[in-house]
Amino acid sequence: MSEKALEASELKTLPSWQPFEWIVALRFLGEGRTQTAFIISGVALGVAVIVFMSALMAGLQSNITKSVLSGQAHIQLQPAKETVRPLRSSNSTLAVGAVVEGAIIQTPLQRIDSIDQWQSIMVQISEIPDVLVVSPAAKGSALVVRGNTSQAISINGVKPDLYFQIIDMTDKMVSGTMDLTGSDILIGIELASDLGVSLGDKIRVTMATGADNTLTITGIFDFGNKTANSQTTYVALRTAQSLLGMVGSVSVLDVNVKDIYAAETIAQRIEASTGVQADSWIKNNAQLFTSLGAQQSSNTVIRLFVALSVALGIASVLVVSVVQKSREIGILRAMGITRGQILRTFLLQGGLLGLCGSIIGTARWAVGFVRFYYWFCDGRGWIIDLDANANR
Amino acid sequence: MDKLEAKHNTNDVVLKMQNVRKSFNTGLPNEVEILHGIDLILKRGEFCAVVGPSGSGKSTLLNIVGLLDRPTEGSLSICGEETTRMDDHALTRVRGHNIGFVFQFHNLLSAFSALENVMMPLLGEAEFPNKEMTERAAMLLDSVGLTPWRDQPAYQLSGGQQQRVALARALAMNPALLLADEPTGNLDTKSADAVFELLRKVSREQGMTVLFVTHDPSLAARCDKTIKVVDGKVVDDKEVDDKVVS
Repeated sequence: MSEKALEASELKTLPSWQPFEWIVALRFLGEGRTQTAFIISGVALGVAVIVFMSALMAGLQSNITKSVLSGQAHIQLQPAKETVRPLRSSNSTLAVGAVVEGAIIQTPLQRIDSIDQWQSIMVQISEIPDVLVVSPAAKGSALVVRGNTSQAISINGVKPDLYFQIIDMTDKMVSGTMDLTGSDILIGIELASDLGVSLGDKIRVTMATGADNTLTITGIFDFGNKTANSQTTYVALRTAQSLLGMVGSVSVLDVNVKDIYAAETIAQRIEASTGVQADSWIKNNAQLFTSLGAQQSSNTVIRLFVALSVALGIASVLVVSVVQKSREIGILRAMGITRGQILRTFLLQGGLLGLCGSIIGTARWAVGFVRFYYWFCDGRGWIIDLDANANR
Repeated sequence: MDKLEAKHNTNDVVLKMQNVRKSFNTGLPNEVEILHGIDLILKRGEFCAVVGPSGSGKSTLLNIVGLLDRPTEGSLSICGEETTRMDDHALTRVRGHNIGFVFQFHNLLSAFSALENVMMPLLGEAEFPNKEMTERAAMLLDSVGLTPWRDQPAYQLSGGQQQRVALARALAMNPALLLADEPTGNLDTKSADAVFELLRKVSREQGMTVLFVTHDPSLAARCDKTIKVVDGKVVDDKEVDDKVVS
């Protein structure tokens, strides 16, 4: 035995922190580095598609949801609609109290009704931990008159400090302020254009009952929606109450909650505890939700198949790799390496390929795809253009 | 068989095969029996050549002795351990601890250096590399005269060097039985002679039993014992006809 053989410092040895399976798996991967690079690229591409699809869908859903919720509360409490009570018998030919068959039932007119005990209900709702803010409002229809022109509008009497927490108007104000005192009114940009008015001008608001009031325009807003911009107006709660003839009452309680997707559950809870009809934004936009759900399902299916094809790709390459390495496997088995150690070595190779591909795919390709998407499809601009078209 | 066994002290018996048969496609119409009741006993330190024509069952015999394949019938003991009813894990353990292999082709892992190849059986046993196994591998490589080439990738070594690395690796676990399947068959005469002498030296020095398959009558003649396999049967060494071994 020569001295040289035992000089441990000269021995290039394997890293002591790596177990057998890691050493063999890494060497095998390194040995077929071209094949390894191809597999990692394939996995990265698949993962990038999954990430891209997920990001695209999440972004789209978030945009649509944000857009929908920018103009409405998460939950609206309204008095129950008036219904017809069935005609019951009072004479002796029928049993007393029995429903008279064949009676003509006419749906009653829905008057603007107020919420009973709205102050106490408001306090009760505010105490629910999931609720962010509750805002009372008096809403109704009116005509705005200026000179010889008149236009139908929707009057929203609100408490600005509460209501503008529900609907954030900050980025929607074109001019003026959001403050509302007794004779102030905020109108949409479309209505202002139709009436030919601007900030500081006065308009007369007339109700069907004959009540009217002259109000000063203190703010002009743009919701990005032509109908909303031509019909929606905001006045102080007391002003609306006076115009609508419901002094001291409110017709709506708007509620915002912490988790927008829990709105329906919270609405049901509120309805059960207060007896007032509570409609969540989910219920009010059921069709939109169905569409989003369908989109989500198809996206999930696409991602599932991409993931499946990536997994099958890795599996088939590993099978080929095992066949290619059958000679090495034989040598290792002859050396006393167990079946389990060899199995773990190849599973580790698969895991490492998947992990590296996923990291690269997520970090590199996803960014590339998003850039490509904005460059090629002008995604952000497309959404804005759609809104702009709606305004025309 | 009892007569055969009686010739040896039980403690010295490294390999004992009794009536070992091996069939392929068992139970099918094309079933074929390759080994027809092999009886063989090898004691410690014996250097035994296995000769026979191609297709006679030498490699099948070696695979069964090496626990890489199971006999269809009969019993096989390695160092006193009956192996025929062992599960795969136990067979792997017996193989790893008691048997070393040197093949004719494809002996080394090309992704590793000569030193790392020799370390492999030790690494498989210990799971993590350590200084002792590195030093033992270096010592074994030194004993086969390959210290200057120990860090060379295996594929860069010559055929003779590769066989010497394979021999060093086969000795890593200090096995009682070394199976060499035509280790010199792919080498030139000089290299073949060097590898054979190395095997003889190791066998003598370490008391290792060697089962050495060869087609070379001159090498077979230099062994302690020669068994001839013809049509799946062992013919006694006294009956070996060198003209048949080709």
